[in-house]
Amino acid sequence: MCGITGILNISGSQSVSTKKLGLMAGQLSHRGPNQAGAYMDDRIGIAQTRLSIIDLKGGTQPIHNEDKTLWIVFNGEIYNYIELKKDLLKKGHRFYTNSDTEVLLHLYQDEREKCLHKLNGQFAFAVWDTESKELFIARDRVGKKPLYYTIESGRFYFGSEIKSIFACSEISREIDLDSLNQIFTFWTTLPAKTFYKNISELPAGSYLKIKDGGLQVKQYWDFNFALKDELVNFTSGEIAEQARELLLDSVGLRLRADVPVGSYLSGGLDSSGITSLIKNNFNNKLNTFGIRFEEAAFDEGEFQNEMVKKLNVKHNIVLANNKAIGELLPDVLWYCEIPLLRLSPVPLFILSELVHNSDFRVVLTGEGADEVFGGYNIFRETLVRAFWSKYPDSKIRPLLLERLYPYIFKDAKSKASLKSFFKMGIEDPGNPFFSHMIRWQNTSKIKRFFIDAAKENLAVYNPLEHLAALLPENFHRWDALAKAQYLEMKIFLSNYLLSSQGDRVSMAHSLEIRMPYLDYRVIELMSKVPSYLKIRGLDEKFILKKVFKDVLPDTIVKRPKHPYRAPIKNSLLNNNIEYVDYYLSESYLNKTRLFNPSMVAKLKEKLSIAGNSGEFDNMALVGILSTQIIYDRFIENFELKAVKPADFTIVFDNRLVESNLIIKNE
Amino acid sequence: MEINEKLKSFVADNFLFGQADSLNYDTDFFEKGIIDSTGIVELVSYVEETFNITVLDDELVPENFSSINKVSEFIGRKQNEIAKAS
Repeated sequence: MCGITGILNISGSQSVSTKKLGLMAGQLSHRGPNQAGAYMDDRIGIAQTRLSIIDLKGGTQPIHNEDKTLWIVFNGEIYNYIELKKDLLKKGHRFYTNSDTEVLLHLYQDEREKCLHKLNGQFAFAVWDTESKELFIARDRVGKKPLYYTIESGRFYFGSEIKSIFACSEISREIDLDSLNQIFTFWTTLPAKTFYKNISELPAGSYLKIKDGGLQVKQYWDFNFALKDELVNFTSGEIAEQARELLLDSVGLRLRADVPVGSYLSGGLDSSGITSLIKNNFNNKLNTFGIRFEEAAFDEGEFQNEMVKKLNVKHNIVLANNKAIGELLPDVLWYCEIPLLRLSPVPLFILSELVHNSDFRVVLTGEGADEVFGGYNIFRETLVRAFWSKYPDSKIRPLLLERLYPYIFKDAKSKASLKSFFKMGIEDPGNPFFSHMIRWQNTSKIKRFFIDAAKENLAVYNPLEHLAALLPENFHRWDALAKAQYLEMKIFLSNYLLSSQGDRVSMAHSLEIRMPYLDYRVIELMSKVPSYLKIRGLDEKFILKKVFKDVLPDTIVKRPKHPYRAPIKNSLLNNNIEYVDYYLSESYLNKTRLFNPSMVAKLKEKLSIAGNSGEFDNMALVGILSTQIIYDRFIENFELKAVKPADFTIVFDNRLVESNLIIKNE
Repeated sequence: MEINEKLKSFVADNFLFGQADSLNYDTDFFEKGIIDSTGIVELVSYVEETFNITVLDDELVPENFSSINKVSEFIGRKQNEIAKAS
């Protein structure tokens, strides 16, 4: 697990200096603290910082093929590399390491981009072909590992994190207002976009080729849902059995590592299920890790304890108290590189530090189960609203909403208004965004805080139209749940959960997370299951509950869904956190020129009064504050945060005609 | 201050953070997305405390709470009821 970066001179020879490559790789040292390596010739320089997990001694990168015509830098894991290697050996390939990286390179040599379909893993990698002078870069199917790029003055720059590109002073750093508009609608950017002008993301499930000045980006995989006549015709029990077998295999593959592997345990169904699969089938001495919160409303300790007792695992906990969550937000943003609308990434940042300090480099997590198996409230809400839309005047149908949100409906006073809230848009069930419109419209209200100049952007750019143009051909033929799942996975999973709340906050502490529910075989199985079996009535994750009903206690399987969240207001305000006042001050707001200072002051005032704030107010606070912090750290004062250049332990320097291998410290 | 004025300044400060250019007495809170599901609770609490009335469950309908004028008329009716009763 690692960081990769590099520069290609698109046309013509002009080499890249070791120093420059060192500066870029230095920005990724947290992703790979164990080693750093580079390859350079007259066209290109590529580098990697390594967190050693497989073949600790031999897997130093960059890695080359037999005749040194192909060079790879690789971030991630190919879990099925052992099986792939057997085939390659039969075909006569020779290997000089025991790493998955080398297997990937040889497979690429034989099959080029077609190899991507054979990979089971999480990855972003770049291969340089010294003969055809083609650079090939690819990302895993769902986007677990990141990759960004830009082109400036005939040079192509890429990196695992944007900061490695910004390490080059010739790259300009500007906020992209279209992106801010997207974030204040969808909670994150759309595929291919980043928060910064001219910096692109290679979208999940895509590859990129650059040769002779031509750049080509292609998608090789996407979430896809079966149409009516393609749905599986099995009973729920049979599907659960297939899912169980796949999950067991998926977990087994993800335990492959030459270092110990732990597991996150939140006390919910998803992580409890994964933990039990590991403990019962693979590792009897399992270490688990969990977050505790100061405020009872957020804490799941009781359920963690129950699982620890049931499974007899060594459970390690860390308390994410409100003040720490507030204080750490700027650090977390340095890794996320994008404004946030909630603080949930912060406790996970605190947790990954605990895991790192416990000498673990790898953990399995329950991420992805809600998307794949249908667990989110927004899915159930969509089903109820779709059902209601068939008879909008029904008095009975909307009552189902009360079962969905017993907590907010318990107050009789809010019932009538809540119903009118959820009724928004039900007259238009054919709207492709039927499931998410309420959420997005509510989020979009933050844009009211923009100053007039920023509002002008709203008038010319429409994020919903942008998204509509990205939808796959079949989207309009899927049912309401499949559409909602697609939107959730394509936007929120890939660009928020796996990034800000996944890769970034774990790699910040040199920790690799592995997600068995996001094995593409599990995703593909569940995408063929009829919606009424994913959510039975209003019973979410019906299949997954069946998978685990015999191994987990009833209290875990049957407990109402507890969304993972972190406190906002009590973390950021009334806690003597100095930076909050600074970034929300009139003078700093006038510097960034995005938000109306008097409105922000009123928001802060409203939130400072106890018990006087709603969800929206909290979300607006995080959105505005984090945008201000990102501006400071990445636009205005990037240099201040620059870290020291990577000290390459291995450099393949082909900038001269002769191969010139330099190995230091060995 | 008139009831209307008080309500307008509450809605402007609390939901529009002072930016009330587009807020008229007839502006529909729900249509314009000014007040959402949690906002209605804030509005009702404010009305109850400020005007010393109690809002019954079956009075909590959009017809009574969807604009400044409607809330104001509702408050007027409630205050009349109280005056008559005493």
